[in-house]
Amino acid sequence: MKKLSIFEVAYKSLLRKKTRSLLTILGIAMAAWVLVSLFGFNRGYEASLNKDIDNLGFQMLIVAKGCPYEAATLMLKGGTGLKYMNESIAASVAAEPEVEGVTPMLMQVVFDPNKGESGGLAAYLGVDPVSFPKMKSALPFKAGGWFTEPEAAEAVFGYEAAELEQREVGDLYLIPEKEIEVKVVGILERTGTQDDGTIFLPIRTVQKIFGIRELTSIGIKVKHEADMKAFEDKLYKLPDVQVVSLSQVKTTIMTLVSTARVMVFSIALIAILIAMMGVINTVLMSVMERRQEIGILKSMGAMAGDIFRLVWIETIILCIGGGLIGTSLALLTARLTDVLVRGFLPYSPSGGLVAIDAGLVLMTLGVVTAIGLASGIYPSWKAARMRPLDTIRSEEES
Amino acid sequence: MSASTVPAIEAQHLRRVYRRGPEEIAAVDDISLTIDRGSFTSIVGPSGSGKTTLINVLGCLDNPSSGTLSLGGRVVFENGQGLSEARLTRIRRDAFGYIFQKFFLVPTLTVLENVVLPFTFFKKPGADEDVFRLLKTLGIDRRADHLPGQLSGGEMQRVAIARALVNKPDILLADEPTGNLDTARSEEIGSILQELNVREGLTVILVTHNLRLAALAQRTIELRDGKIAAA
Repeated sequence: MKKLSIFEVAYKSLLRKKTRSLLTILGIAMAAWVLVSLFGFNRGYEASLNKDIDNLGFQMLIVAKGCPYEAATLMLKGGTGLKYMNESIAASVAAEPEVEGVTPMLMQVVFDPNKGESGGLAAYLGVDPVSFPKMKSALPFKAGGWFTEPEAAEAVFGYEAAELEQREVGDLYLIPEKEIEVKVVGILERTGTQDDGTIFLPIRTVQKIFGIRELTSIGIKVKHEADMKAFEDKLYKLPDVQVVSLSQVKTTIMTLVSTARVMVFSIALIAILIAMMGVINTVLMSVMERRQEIGILKSMGAMAGDIFRLVWIETIILCIGGGLIGTSLALLTARLTDVLVRGFLPYSPSGGLVAIDAGLVLMTLGVVTAIGLASGIYPSWKAARMRPLDTIRSEEES
Repeated sequence: MSASTVPAIEAQHLRRVYRRGPEEIAAVDDISLTIDRGSFTSIVGPSGSGKTTLINVLGCLDNPSSGTLSLGGRVVFENGQGLSEARLTRIRRDAFGYIFQKFFLVPTLTVLENVVLPFTFFKKPGADEDVFRLLKTLGIDRRADHLPGQLSGGEMQRVAIARALVNKPDILLADEPTGNLDTARSEEIGSILQELNVREGLTVILVTHNLRLAALAQRTIELRDGKIAAA
């Protein structure tokens, strides 16, 4: 004769009040959802930011003097309201002993009437065909290749830029306002960085087309052994330029994000506490409603420890059930969370903002199980202490 | 004394006193009795006479305030020395099966699952071999897969009896088992208890208001104000 396991008894006890059990599970699921999404965002954002920064290939950037946040944005995503600096600065920086290499850049923006329904901005990044690829850890091509000459009328499209403009290698591309055509010689693979949306041209070509001999930024690769702080201070002595180190940018952005994160952590903590209270309330109510039955179980031979275990397992089933639903919801809605969070943040890296992996799922399930264990202690203790005599008295006391 | 002549229960000068403020109420007042193995004893008396308190003390659901209680010749309580809840549980699961006025079945477990529920916590060796025979004896074998909500009151009480007997107790304690049943179902349950006593040799102690049911027992003890009025 097969005996019922204590898990089966606990599970079937929860089926008695299905709606109540379900609502409790949903409470836990919400807390787990918030927890997974939050930690997933934390990991995803940092990983994407690191990827964006690593992909730039340089550790420092010199821009014309202005707002540091604008400079950071310019460096990471491109921007308007451009300020210029003299080309000779690149040569003088390159001469510094701490420098491994520099790459001058010129960004230009024009209004493209054919973009979208009512037109939009089209940005071009002029890069040095020789030094720019050297900075990059990788520059993978989906089709074609890099520029053939330093002043060639050629363009290399990022993956998304090519999709958006519907261009292939060999096509001609007309630069709006300037009415100059360049030939598409390469299309990059998708990298998940801002390069995907960028149209690259040789810097001399951009200077020629737009009639500007200056630069918007200079990327600097510093030697490993160099003292970054001392070098940064040295660069500040250059007139009318601003130095942005990538660690500084990263710290600035992560500080901004951390502030929001602390708030969301507080909310998550409150959600967890509310869920815990919900679990305690549900299980305690269930115990009080089943006092007589618990008394019968004790008269049948169940020890206090058995009753404690039974009620504790009920609590853990509720919490693990909620945890599984919550983590599944977080996985299913990761993309939506990504879009929503992107709408709220002043700057978002180009990669995925929410990174949920098996480790995070297991950690969350561990947390909700711990919640279950903690929440179950009081109701289980209360149930275990019940004396059969106090609970199973007949309706009519003789 | 041979094993067969050792009484199932022997109580001497049992008292169970409750306090209500300064007042002391003796629900069981100096009761001495012997319950023989394989006997069927009914306990009757008006409300408040101490029937339930007595059966609770005899069934180790409660500690007496004073007196001595022996089960199968083994002294369990002596001179009002109370036992811990864990000790009481161990004694209960070895010796007793209980049925009450209410059936206390788990509504989400089937009849069979309710009957074998005690095995989840404690199983006497070989206790599980006769479960289907027990269901058949009690006439609920065809209802094994039904939920309690699909049963009549009489059937639910039979399930409760099966659950009480599944671990092969020496003594079945029945506290107003027909209190929730109509006359026909009450007589059915009475017959079942009598049959279990006669055919299986089970010691049965029945607390009831129902004199027709009490008359099925070989011996009737009448209580009044916590004392034995007639035996």
